[in-house]
Amino acid sequence: MSFLEYAPAPESTALLNLQSEYGLFIDGEFTAGSDPTFATISPATEKHIATIASASAGDVDAAVKAARAAYDTTWSRLSGRDRGKYLFRIARLVQERARELAVAESLDNGKPIKESRDVDIPLVAAWFFYYAGWADKLDHAGLGANPRALGVAAQVIPWNFPLLMLAWKIAPALAAGNTVVLKPAETTPLTALLFAEIVQQAGLPAGVVNIITGAGETGRALVNHPDVNKVAFTGSTSVGREIARSLAGTSKKLTLELGGKGANIVFDDAPIDQAVEGIVRGIFFNQGHVCCAGSRLLVQENIHDEVVERLKVRLGTLRVGDPLDKNTDVGAINSAEQLQRIRQLSDIGEAEGGERWSPACELPSEGFWFAPTIFTNVATSSRIARDEIFGPVLSILSFRTPAEAIAKANNTPYGLSAGIWSDKGSKILAVADKLRAGVIWANTFNQFDPASPFGGYKESGYGREGGKQGLAAYLAPASSASASVASASVASASVTSASVPASSSRSVRASKGGKK
Amino acid sequence: MSRLAVLKTYKLYIGGKFPRSESGRVYEVLSASGDFLANAAKASRKDARDAVVAARSALSGWSKATGYNRGQVLYRIAELLEGRRAQFIDEIVSAEGVSAAAAAAQVDEAIDRWIWYAGWADKYVQVAGNANAVSGPFFNLSVPEPTGVVAVIAPQDSSLVGLVSAVAPALVAGNTVVVVASERLPLSAISLSEVLVTSDVPGGVVNILTGSPAEIAPWLASHADVNALDLVGAGSLDWVSLQIAAAETLMRVFAPENGADAAAPSLARVTQFTETKTVWHTKSLL
Repeated sequence: MSFLEYAPAPESTALLNLQSEYGLFIDGEFTAGSDPTFATISPATEKHIATIASASAGDVDAAVKAARAAYDTTWSRLSGRDRGKYLFRIARLVQERARELAVAESLDNGKPIKESRDVDIPLVAAWFFYYAGWADKLDHAGLGANPRALGVAAQVIPWNFPLLMLAWKIAPALAAGNTVVLKPAETTPLTALLFAEIVQQAGLPAGVVNIITGAGETGRALVNHPDVNKVAFTGSTSVGREIARSLAGTSKKLTLELGGKGANIVFDDAPIDQAVEGIVRGIFFNQGHVCCAGSRLLVQENIHDEVVERLKVRLGTLRVGDPLDKNTDVGAINSAEQLQRIRQLSDIGEAEGGERWSPACELPSEGFWFAPTIFTNVATSSRIARDEIFGPVLSILSFRTPAEAIAKANNTPYGLSAGIWSDKGSKILAVADKLRAGVIWANTFNQFDPASPFGGYKESGYGREGGKQGLAAYLAPASSASASVASASVASASVTSASVPASSSRSVRASKGGKK
Repeated sequence: MSRLAVLKTYKLYIGGKFPRSESGRVYEVLSASGDFLANAAKASRKDARDAVVAARSALSGWSKATGYNRGQVLYRIAELLEGRRAQFIDEIVSAEGVSAAAAAAQVDEAIDRWIWYAGWADKYVQVAGNANAVSGPFFNLSVPEPTGVVAVIAPQDSSLVGLVSAVAPALVAGNTVVVVASERLPLSAISLSEVLVTSDVPGGVVNILTGSPAEIAPWLASHADVNALDLVGAGSLDWVSLQIAAAETLMRVFAPENGADAAAPSLARVTQFTETKTVWHTKSLL
C-alpha cells in the first residue's frame, strides 16, 4: 500500500429515505405525470435509483395554472417580510437535511461527496439565506421604489449542479415575489424532488413552487407556455439560442446562463504551486461539468514545460472513483451521452495534433468514467480549443506577452469566465480589465457566492445570477407597463405593510404616530 | 435680385467620413407639405457592414477612454448643437411642418438630454456596480462594462430628439453605435453627423445610416459582430423576425417603444448596454 492508497471510505446511503417512484410536484402535492415514466440511475454504477414522472404539455399547463393561482391569491399579497421568513425556513431545512441531500446529489449526479457536501449543499443553503433577507428590501435592488414582481417564472436547469442551480433560480424568484415552475434536468431530478418535500415541510403556500420532471419536450412546453412572465435557463448555448428565438415578440423577461470556454492564464510571475492547484480546481472540479470551467490553459512560454510537468505530477495524485467515497477527487461522468461527447471531442483533439496525456488510473468497469486528461501542443484553431467539452479535459496553449494572452483568451464566441495567475497586482487588474468575460478569478478559480453576480458576455448568455443583479432579473420597475395593474398595486401595498409592524393594533399606533 | 441658395448634399456618416451609398442609390426626402427637400443616401447591406466594421475598430479606444473624458466629449457635442440651434430648427420646421416654437422645443430637449447623459459617463459605474461581501478571503467587485457594438433603429417620428435619445445613452458607457435614422425625417441626422465630425468624438464611434430601416435592419440583426440591437424605433417593422435573427448570436435585443415616453431619458438606457463583470481576487491570510 503506497501513501496514496486508502481503504475505501464510502458515505452511507442509509440515511436516504427515497421513494421508489416520484410524481410531479404541482400545487403542493405529488401527482402522477401523464407521459410515460423514466428512470434516474446512478452514473457511477448504472443502477436504478427511482422511477420519475414525465410531464406532458397538459401537466405543464396545470403547473403554470397552479403557479398563477398562487401568485394571484397568496404570494403577491404576502408581505416581503413574510416571504423572507419562508425562505429563511427553507435555508434552515436545507442545512438540517444537508447530509441527506449531499448523498442524494452524489448518487444521482456522480459528483464526489466531498464536493456535494462541502460546496453544493452549503451554497444552496447560503443562496436561500441571502435572498431571504432581500425579500423585504426590494426598494434597494436598483429599480427604484416599489419594484414589482414579474409573475410566474419558468425555470429550466442543467444536470451539473442540480440542487445548486435550483437554488440559484428559486431563491431570487421567490424573494422578488414571483411564483415558479421549475424543471430539473432529465438525468438529475432526485434532489429537486427532495426539495419539493422541503417545500412541504416549510409550509410554503401550495403552488408557489412547482417542480415538474421530464425531458427536453417538457422544458420546451414550459418556456413557451403563454402564461409565463419570466424564463430563466441554464444549459447549452444551442438550447439558449432556441429559447431566445422562441421568446421573440413576447414580453417574457429572459435570463440565459449558457456555455463557456474559460481561459485560465498563468503568467511567469505566478506562484506555481498555487496555480497548479487552481488549474486542477478549474477543470477537474465536478469532472469538468462546469460552464465556467477553466478549460483552456494559457501558460507563458518560459514556464510552460515546468507547469505541465508539475501538473502531471499533481494529476497522478487525483483519485478517480466512487462518488460516495470521501477520498474521491473526481467522480463519474453524468451520462452515457455526455461520456460519448467527451470521448469524441478528445479523439478529434488527438487527430488534430494535440498530445494527449492522462495519469495511470484504473476506472471502474461499470458506470460512465473518463480519466482526467490534458492536451499539450493545442492549436488555437483546434476543436478542443474552441468547443465546450464539458468534461475533465484540459487544452494547454502557450503565449509570450500579456497582449497575446488577452487576445487568445478573448478569441472565443463565449465570455463566461477567466482566470489570472500572477503575483503582480497591477498586471492582474490590467488584464482583468481587458478580458471579455463576466466572472474573473485572480489567483483562484471556481469560487461562487450568493452575493457575487455570475453570468456571461457574448454567447455565454445574458442576465446575472447572484447579488442584487440576480434579484433585479426577477423584478420590473414600478412605473413600467404592467400586464396586471391590479397585482402591481397589491404588490406595492404589501411592501408598504412590510415596513410597519405586522399586528393590526400596532400598525394603528404607527399610523397615529405618523400624524403627529 | 435675391441670392440663389446653395443646397447641401446629404450623405452617410461612416467611420468619421461622409460617403455616398456604395449602391449609388438615393431616395427623395419630402417636406410635410410634400415638397422636395433633398435626395438622401439610401444605405445598402454593404454600407451597414462597413458601418459595423468602423464601429468595431473605434470600440477599443472609445471604451478605454476614462469616464471623465467621455463625459467631456459628449458635453462638447451639446455645446456644438447649441451653436447650430437655428439650423436644426429650420430643418425641423421644413421637414416636420411644425411651428418654429415646437421645433425649438425639440432641439432644446435634444441638447438637454445630451448633457444629462454626458453627466452619467463618470458616475454610472458607481451606481450600477458594487462591492460584494462574499464568505471568504476575497476582494470581490462587480462593475458594468460596455457591451460593444450597438445597432440602433432610431425612433421614426422625430427628426432629432428621438435620434439623440437612442444614441446618447449607448455612448455613455463606451459602446460604439450604428444607427439607422428616421426614414421619413433623416436630414437632422445627417446634420447631427456634421456636429459629431467637428466635435471630439473619434470617427467610427457613431455611424449614421439613412435609407430604409426595413431593408437595413435584418443585416444588422444577423451581423455576428454586433453585440446589441436596440429596436426602439422599429415598432412598424417586422421586429419579431429581427429578434429571431438576433438570437443566433445571442445579441442583446431591446424591444420597440411607442408613444410619447419612447426612449425617455433613464439610467436604465445606459445600463442596458453594459455587461456586469465580477472580479474575485484572493486576500492573503495574515
